[in-house]
Amino acid sequence: MTPQNNKPANSKNKTDLADTNKNDKEFIFALAGNANVGKSVIFNQLTGSNQIIGNWPGKTVDRAEGVLNFEGYEIKVIDLPGIYSFSTFSMEELVSRDYIALEKPDAVINVVDASVLERNLFFTLQLLEMNAPLVLVLNQIDVAKNKGIIINKEKLSEMLGVPVVFTTATRGEGIYEAVKEAVKIANSKPKHKQLKYHKDLEEQIDKVQHTIEKEKLFVGYPSRWVAIKLLEGDIEITKLVAEKSEQIIVQLNAILTEFEKHHQEKCFSTIASERYALASSIVASSFQQEKSAHRFTDKLDWFATHRIYGYITALAVIGGLLLWTFFVGNTFSDLISQGLNLIYSVDPEMSASAPLLSIIFNGFWGGINAGLTLIIPFVIPFYLLLALIEDSGLLTRVAFMMDSIMHKIGLHGKALIPIILGYGCSVPAIHSCKIMETRRERLLAAFAITFAPCSARTIVLFGMVGLFVGIQWALLLYVVNLVIIFVMGRVAMKAVPGKSTGLIMEMSSFKRPSIKIALKQTWIRTKSIIYVVFPIYIIGSALIQVLYIYDILTPISNALYPLTVLWLGLPAFAGVLLLLGTVRKELIILGASAILGTTNLLIGFTPIQLVVMALVAMLYIPCVSTIAILGKEFGWKSAALISLANIGTALILGGLTFHILNFFI
Amino acid sequence: MQKSTQDYMKTIYSLSKNGEIVSNADIAQKLNIAPPSVTEMLKKLAEADYIKYSPYHGSTLTEKGLKEAQKITRKHRLLESFLSNVLHIGKDKVHQEACQMEHTLSDEAEESLCRLLKHPDTCPDDDKTIPACDLPFSNCEECIQLHQKGLEQIGKRDKNLVSIRDLKNGTFGKISFIRGEHKILQRLLDMGLTPGTKIQVVKIAPMDGPVEVAVRGSKLALGKDIACNVFVELET
Ligand SMILES: Nc1nc2c(ncn2[C@@H]2O[C@H](COP(=O)(O)OP(=O)(O)O)[C@@H](O)[C@H]2O)c(=O)[nH]1
Repeated sequence: MTPQNNKPANSKNKTDLADTNKNDKEFIFALAGNANVGKSVIFNQLTGSNQIIGNWPGKTVDRAEGVLNFEGYEIKVIDLPGIYSFSTFSMEELVSRDYIALEKPDAVINVVDASVLERNLFFTLQLLEMNAPLVLVLNQIDVAKNKGIIINKEKLSEMLGVPVVFTTATRGEGIYEAVKEAVKIANSKPKHKQLKYHKDLEEQIDKVQHTIEKEKLFVGYPSRWVAIKLLEGDIEITKLVAEKSEQIIVQLNAILTEFEKHHQEKCFSTIASERYALASSIVASSFQQEKSAHRFTDKLDWFATHRIYGYITALAVIGGLLLWTFFVGNTFSDLISQGLNLIYSVDPEMSASAPLLSIIFNGFWGGINAGLTLIIPFVIPFYLLLALIEDSGLLTRVAFMMDSIMHKIGLHGKALIPIILGYGCSVPAIHSCKIMETRRERLLAAFAITFAPCSARTIVLFGMVGLFVGIQWALLLYVVNLVIIFVMGRVAMKAVPGKSTGLIMEMSSFKRPSIKIALKQTWIRTKSIIYVVFPIYIIGSALIQVLYIYDILTPISNALYPLTVLWLGLPAFAGVLLLLGTVRKELIILGASAILGTTNLLIGFTPIQLVVMALVAMLYIPCVSTIAILGKEFGWKSAALISLANIGTALILGGLTFHILNFFI
Repeated sequence: MQKSTQDYMKTIYSLSKNGEIVSNADIAQKLNIAPPSVTEMLKKLAEADYIKYSPYHGSTLTEKGLKEAQKITRKHRLLESFLSNVLHIGKDKVHQEACQMEHTLSDEAEESLCRLLKHPDTCPDDDKTIPACDLPFSNCEECIQLHQKGLEQIGKRDKNLVSIRDLKNGTFGKISFIRGEHKILQRLLDMGLTPGTKIQVVKIAPMDGPVEVAVRGSKLALGKDIACNVFVELET
C-alpha cells in the first residue's frame, strides 16, 4: 500500500493544500471518548492485527495505533486514552487534546456509551469546542435497547450538527457506516455549526475571544476554544497565552473578577454547568427512556453489592480465579511437559561429558521448556477468566465492596484490579497501575504487587512446599502472604508522603462478556509476557549451566554462608538458588533439581528448610523483569528501595520462621 | 442559645444518622445525665420547635433544630481539627477541649478556621463528617475569593445540607456544595455533579465504604473521603 500505487488524486474536496506530502487517499482518524465505552473493541475491529502499541513520546500513557484499509483509502487509526473532559490536567487529557488540536486528525470518531448519553455528550461538546471534525458513534446500542432506551438519531445529529451512527461494537454492527461517515467528513471537512451556551457565558467568551483576535494571538488552537479554556482557568493554556501576551491575561482577569463577583460562582464551575445544561437539553429532545421491567442484571447488582453476599461474591471471584488458574494450569502444565519430554528431555548427566552441548540443550532448551510448562499454562487460563470477569462488570462491584479494606493500605478499591493481576504476573500488573490517579497510589499499588505471589512464585510455593511438605503448609504460606501484603502496605502508606485520593469510579452496567473479546485480550497480555519472559528464561537457564559447569557456584555459596546457613538455616547451595531466583523465581526449583541431580527435593532439604526457602523465595526480591518495569515507571531509586524492602522483609521473616519452627518441631 | 441546649442538639445530631429517631436513654447515656431531666429538657426543646418529640419513641431534629445542631457540631469538629492538626494536642484530649470552646466561637472565626485548615472534611478523633458551612457558595474556591465581602454581604444558605455519606439508600437530593480542593471538584463537575443536579443515593457499601449515586443516567461510586465532601439539599 505505498502512495505510488494509488490512482491519481481526486481533488474535488481537497481543502488541505498545505499538507502536500500526504496523499488524499491517506487519512488519520482518532478514536476519542470516555473510558469503558468500547473504544478498544472498535479499534480492534478497525485495525485487526495491524497494530503498534507503545507510549506517547515522553509520557507513560499508552498509545495504540493501527492501519485500516477501507475502499481504497489507507487510514491510520489512533486510539486516544479514555477521558471525561479536558480540564483536570491528567497526562491522558493533555495527550488527547494536543493530538486533536495540534495534529489535526482528518476525522475524530467520538465513541459514546448510548445508555449514558448525557454524561458522554459533555465530552462531545468539548470536542466540538475544539472544532474537531467529528463523527458521533453511539455504541452499546444493544445494552441501551435492553434498558428501554430509544434514541432519535436524526434529531441528535441535527442538534449537534454532526453525523451520528449506531453501533454494537462487540458484534461489529454499524462499524462500516461509522467509517463511511468518517471518510465523508475527512473528505469534505465541513464547517461546524457553533453550539451556543447561555447568553451570560457567551458574552464573556465573546469578549475574551475578541481580545485574542485583536491581539492577533495564535497558539495553535482555535480562538474560541482558547477563550473558553482561559475562562476555565486552564493552567497550561493560561501559561501559553501569558508568554505571548500579558495584555490578554490582564483583560481576562478583569472579565473573570467581574463575572465571578456578579454571579457569586467561579467561572469554571459555570462552564461545567453550562455544558451539562446543553447536553441535558439535547438529551431531553432526542432520548427516551421507557420504563423497563426489573431486569436480571439489577438483581445481580443487588446481590454483588449486598452487605453479606457482596463479600461472598468478592471472595468467590478472587478465590475462584486463583483456584481455576491453579487447577487448569497444573493440568496443562503436566500435559505440555509430557509432550515436550517426547521430543527431547533435559539430561543432567550431559554437563560432565559435553559441557558446551549441555549449555545449549539443557540451558536453552531447558529454558524454553520451563517457559512452556510453567508460564504459558498458568498465565493463559488466568488472563482468560480475568478478562471475562472484567468484561462482565463484576470486578467493578468487587472494587466497590473492597474499597474500605483497601483504604487501610492507602489505596482505594480500583487498586484491587492491578493487585489481582499481580497474582498472574507482576509485570503487566505494575503496568496496569496506570489506572490509579496519582504517582503515590501507583507506587503503593506496585509495592503491594511485588509481594503478591505471581504465578512463578506460586509454582515455587506449590512445587517446594505443596509437593514435599503438604498442601496445607503451602496454603498457610498463601495466607501469611496476605497478612504480609497488608502489613507492608500499611508501612508503605505511612512511609510515602502524601494523601490518598478517593475513589471515583463509574459503575458500568453488567454485561454478558464476549468470549471472542476475552480471548483477544488474553492473547495481547500473554504476548507481552512472552516477549519479556522467554528471552530471560532461556538466557537465565543457560547461565545456570555455565555457572554449574565452570564451578562458579561454590564461591557464591561460601560468600552467602552467614545468611543462608547461619541465619536462615538453609543448605549452603541455597545462596546460589536465591541468586538465580532474581532472574525468575522458578529458576529456584529448576536450579535445585539441577544441583541435586533429582527432582526429589527432600534429598537436599529438610521440610522446615523447604518452608523457609519457599517463604524467602516468595518475598525476597522482585525478579529482574519486575525491577526493570519498576525502574521504568517509577525511577531507579524507587525500584531499588522497593527491592531493599523486599529483601529486608524476606530475611527477617525467613530467619524468624526458621528459628521458631526449629524450636517447636 | 444556652450551652446545655447546644449540647443536647449536638448529641441528638451525632446519634441520629439521616434523621433516625433517637431514644431518650441514648441521649441520657451519652450526656451522662439522669433520664428524668433529659425528658424534661427534650420537652422544652420540642416547645421551641428544635425537635419533634414523641414520648416512648424519642426525638428527631426539625429543620430549625438541624440548622442549629449542624452549626454547633461544625464548630466542635473544626475546633477538634485545629487542636489536633495545628496545636498537636493528643487526639484523646481534643474532644473535651473543643466542648469548652465551641460555645464561644463566633461565626466569623468559624469560617476563618475553616479556611486556615483548608476546609477539613472529617474530624480527627472519630472520623465523622464535618457539616458544611452555611454560606451560599457551591465550592470552597468561591469562599476563598469572595469572603472579604463580609458575612452580612454574602448572606446565608436557606436550606440545610447533608453529606451524601450520611444518607440512607434510596434518598434523593440536589447537589448544592462540593467541598475541597480544585482537582477533585473539577473531576466531580466533569462527571456531572454540577450545582443543582438531582441525584439519588443508590447504595452505600458496608464498613463506611463508597457511596453509589445515580446522576444524569450514569452510576458513580464515590469513596467515603469524596462522598463526605459532596453535600445535597434533600428533596422533599
Ligand atoms: N454489549 C456490548 N458490550 C460492548 C460493546 N462495545 C464494547 N462492549 C464492552 O464494553 C467493555 C468496555 O469496552 P472497551 O473497548 O474495553 O472500552 P474502552 O475503555 O472504551 O476501550 C468491554 O467489556 C466490551 O466487551 C457493545 O457494543 N455492546
